[in-house]
Amino acid sequence: MSAKRSLLTGAHFLNGDFACAEGAIAAGCRFFAGYPITPATEIAEHLSERMPEFGGIYIQMEDEIASMAAIIGASYAGLKSMTATSGPGFSLMQENIGLAVMTETPCVVVDIMRGGPSTGQPTLPGQQDVMQAKWGSHGDYEIIALAPCSVQEMFSLTVEAFNLSEIYRVPVLLLGDEIVAHMYEKVVIPPPDKLRIVNRKKPHVPSKDYQPFMPEEDFVPPMATFGEGYRFHATGLTHDEHGYPKTQSSEVQTRLVRRLCDKIRKNVDKIVKVEEILTEDADVIVVSYGIVARSALSAVRKARAVGIKAGFLRPITLWPFPEKHVAKAAAQAKAIVVPEMNCGQLVREVERAAKNTPVAFLSKLGEDPHTPAEIFEAIRRGI
Amino acid sequence: MRVEIRFAGFGGQGIIKSGIITAAAACLYAQKNAVQTQSYGPESRGGACKSEVVISEEEIDFPKVDVPDVLVVMSQHAYNEYADNVKENGTVILDPDMIPVEMALKNVKVFKVPATKIAEELGRKIVANIVMLGAFVALTNVLDKDALKEAILANVPKGTEELNIKAFEKGYEYGKSLSSA
Repeated sequence: MSAKRSLLTGAHFLNGDFACAEGAIAAGCRFFAGYPITPATEIAEHLSERMPEFGGIYIQMEDEIASMAAIIGASYAGLKSMTATSGPGFSLMQENIGLAVMTETPCVVVDIMRGGPSTGQPTLPGQQDVMQAKWGSHGDYEIIALAPCSVQEMFSLTVEAFNLSEIYRVPVLLLGDEIVAHMYEKVVIPPPDKLRIVNRKKPHVPSKDYQPFMPEEDFVPPMATFGEGYRFHATGLTHDEHGYPKTQSSEVQTRLVRRLCDKIRKNVDKIVKVEEILTEDADVIVVSYGIVARSALSAVRKARAVGIKAGFLRPITLWPFPEKHVAKAAAQAKAIVVPEMNCGQLVREVERAAKNTPVAFLSKLGEDPHTPAEIFEAIRRGI
Repeated sequence: MRVEIRFAGFGGQGIIKSGIITAAAACLYAQKNAVQTQSYGPESRGGACKSEVVISEEEIDFPKVDVPDVLVVMSQHAYNEYADNVKENGTVILDPDMIPVEMALKNVKVFKVPATKIAEELGRKIVANIVMLGAFVALTNVLDKDALKEAILANVPKGTEELNIKAFEKGYEYGKSLSSA
């Protein structure tokens, strides 16, 4: 076993699910709890082999509710933890995602989007969970969601998801889709010393002075590990800085919930990532993410080849939404095109940011993403 | 240049594996860019299944196949679905024992490779997909024989290497006999 106990540094031909699993291992994840579901099953399958090689724990739970609960517990016990699912399981996880938000638990939740609602189309792609990712659990909160568009990004954004969750003590969602997850492509896994790995802040004070929910300047409190001598209380109820319930205090509720939002909102420039190609002088900009962005880039290049000034803007962080980037691009463009594999989700955020620039929405459902030709036509209509 | 290949049949025939092996050969052993995507039903075995490969010297953005240059087809259902959607002067490689009813196809080269029968003669029907890969290499100029062999060895279960290489060679020979005929 010990022979394989290393990262797969080098070039490989993997599918997105396997790359995601390797990204988790590389990021230092040592606890995976999940329940198999197409098209995310291969993540669990791969980690069931890989976790024990690193002394980590793989556990198949009875359902997705329990899986989410298990990764919260593991994170509090000091391990980087993850689960992976698809739409139906993601719905079941929402309650405990809220618990992870409220208890400020670093963890990663992978949702490989397939066609919904309900059990929908298990083996086909979708981008229908974008709004659920933001608003799926009750109450006010901010969350981070990343959208990979290649097998390489299924690796690198999984690593990034762990880093962000450790920095901001928040569940980070990796929103892939069936194509990105099942597609095989070349992946280059860097050597361990070339990977940026971030670990959560630990308390700098002795146990008697530790207030588990007392934030530092970045709005994030240092996190002690259960069992290390720091006795503390964590709860889903509204709590003060000591971790004890304060369910009748407007002041504590205001302070806590505002901080949970502010730790993302006020750090938004550090969190947000976009990819922009040829946007500087663009008349028409295509805003797209995930697998659809691959068609969009192809369409933009095709448009440029025939003299149309088209540009490409890809939100890598869907949440928080890259409002400033979209607003800036929209201010100088004549039109924006948003293709999505849903009935219109991220397009509403784009419309909000684009203000007076007209936004054309291209909806597609079922087996295949938009073809480059379909997006090219929309670009042509936009000029 | 962008080359698009579609493998189609039913779940259980190794259709998806054929695509993975072909793309891995291009990517890891022939130093090209390659992407493999797939489509299958929730039933996994017996349902319609296709596997698509895009190979290019350049970076591949759109990863799906629109109209393929090569179609490798192993079931009647898949034949009915995809046979008339192949590029002009493209290639169709089919298993005639799995496809009793053919249509008149225009402007494509059609090659009949009894892969399932050849695999049965080798003792394992399960390697029919690898027989097809041998014929595919012999009948097209997409990939080098050695690259595909390397990819087969890297992607089949331990202990089955000899059988799979035998299947590949049989398919290759059959393909060569068709292309020289």
